Amino acid sequence: MIDDPERESAAEVVAAEGVGAEGVEAEVVQAELVEAEGVTVEQAGARIDRRMLVEVDGRRRPPREDSAAETVFDLTDVSVTYAGIYAVKGVNLTIRRNEVTALIGPSGCGKTTVLRCLNRTNDLIPGAKVEGKVLYHGIDLYGPRVDPVEVRRRIGMVFQKPNPFPKSIYDNIAFGPRVGGFKGDMDELVERSLRRAALWDEVKRDLKASAMALSGGQQQRLCIARCIAVEPDVILMDEPCSALDPVSTSRIEELMDELVSEYTIVIVTHNMQQAARVSDRTGFFTVAEGTGEKDHRIGILVEFDKTDTIFTNPSDDRTEAYVTGRFG
Amino acid sequence: MSTVASPDLLTGQRGWWHRTRDGLFRVAIMGSVVLGLVVLVALIAQSLVKGWPRLGLDLLTHFPSSFPDRAGIQSAIFGTLWLVAIVFVTAIPIGVGAAIYLEEYADTNTWYNRLIDVVIQNLAAVPSIVYGILGLAFLSRGFLHLGPVVLTGGLTLSLLVLPVVIIASREAIRAVPSSILDGALALGATQWQAVSRQVLPAAIPGIATGAILAVSRAIGEAAPLLLLGALQFITFNPTGLDSSFTALPIQIFNWISRPQEGFHIAAAAAIIVLLGITLLMNGVAIWLRKRFQQQW
Repeated sequence: MIDDPERESAAEVVAAEGVGAEGVEAEVVQAELVEAEGVTVEQAGARIDRRMLVEVDGRRRPPREDSAAETVFDLTDVSVTYAGIYAVKGVNLTIRRNEVTALIGPSGCGKTTVLRCLNRTNDLIPGAKVEGKVLYHGIDLYGPRVDPVEVRRRIGMVFQKPNPFPKSIYDNIAFGPRVGGFKGDMDELVERSLRRAALWDEVKRDLKASAMALSGGQQQRLCIARCIAVEPDVILMDEPCSALDPVSTSRIEELMDELVSEYTIVIVTHNMQQAARVSDRTGFFTVAEGTGEKDHRIGILVEFDKTDTIFTNPSDDRTEAYVTGRFG
Repeated sequence: MSTVASPDLLTGQRGWWHRTRDGLFRVAIMGSVVLGLVVLVALIAQSLVKGWPRLGLDLLTHFPSSFPDRAGIQSAIFGTLWLVAIVFVTAIPIGVGAAIYLEEYADTNTWYNRLIDVVIQNLAAVPSIVYGILGLAFLSRGFLHLGPVVLTGGLTLSLLVLPVVIIASREAIRAVPSSILDGALALGATQWQAVSRQVLPAAIPGIATGAILAVSRAIGEAAPLLLLGALQFITFNPTGLDSSFTALPIQIFNWISRPQEGFHIAAAAAIIVLLGITLLMNGVAIWLRKRFQQQW
């Protein structure tokens, strides 16, 4: 039932659960998707179904068995060079839909670099070059006809340091939809996004207030709300809690638990406990001593597996040493 | 051995000479500040005392005259306003555009962008008289052949302040953290959307401050305008871009070079007006900076 890709059954589930209004909305959203993005009716339907199904379901599920249909990202032998020098080399990774994938490892191991490959933000760094294949739903992200702007709209990103725009809370949320040509009810979208980011109750009294006046934790949730306002498919998080206090951190983690039912999340974190708490699968990166002049220190992906396996029964000694705190 | 109880540490190991030297240095640096202030105050006071009798509505509303008592600066004020308007509509859009290109689009690794960078830095230090020669050779005569009109003067001053506008705008844009640009791009904005709707608005206070300071510099410039042939006895306000013109510093220069004492008094009064305008503009710039300053 849960993995049923048929729209009709999804609508039934939704109706049975008494959230029929969203079904109507889904029709509209689907029509918009078809029109705006040129995807087929089936594709748009599947995207929406997935969200509605998991909304009804409402809780985290254990990692499912591998299947091609569930793959969002498929990285094959991906390497990134900055000005000809390898930052990370030979990464093979599969990221699955509606899972939290954590990338952990010591500083300088290239986990953020890999994350930035996934929405082509590496393009923005002069001299950066990505080798290998990054497939997103089977499409080569670095293919000649792919528009990086559209990639970034579908694959959102939350940064290490909260980076609200120096504008009102409302305008922070509305910016993404506006530049994306959103024509619907902006007030409603702003409220919905803030609610989904668990920030609405704290800011609803004054949406015109400057976002810069919020606390760090609130700013980061605002950035998450801003990100989901553009209805991305994937949310990338680059150490989203490293600048936050423990209380704010746990709120963001709870939020990730909720959001993963609708989105695919990839998180880079320095905090192993965090990876263990929030993620379904974990990739462990480390720094390897290279041989040549161009790769004397390169990041490599040591091991990628279910989070439980990585933390309790890793197959590589380096992983075990890291997760047990013996190095890094 | 306990160093805490050491008498040296309690009384201070440094002798009287160290303390005296400290005091002398303090006096010396305060003296530098005071000297600067004293010169400025003396300048203003001297002009005020000398120009006071002429400082009034008469001065502002009369046109230049052969009779010192009736000479005024209306045409000079209007000429200056025309120049300011021309500088605003030419130097600021071009300067901000160049700053956006250099900060947000240019790949600083390429030789031509680095060359542009160095050239602009150097242009900002070129003496204003050189811009006057440029204006004379390319705008007034030669290439464009506009003649000694207000458009030529405005464009010459634009060229003069353009590097300053570019540098100030670049600094204002650079002061906006790159995380703002990254955040906007990550939401699916194009480079132009991200720059025009997030980075540029955040940089506007800084750009405005720089632009006002640049224009207030242009207001005080006499040398390039003198070269262009603005030193004229003008008894009418500019009526268009192709009008002959005079400007405040030109008028002052003109009057001071006259033998009659009455013109010197009028010049002192005009200096007060010019200083007032400049101080007012700088005040606005400071207010803007304070008012809209963003803590990141």
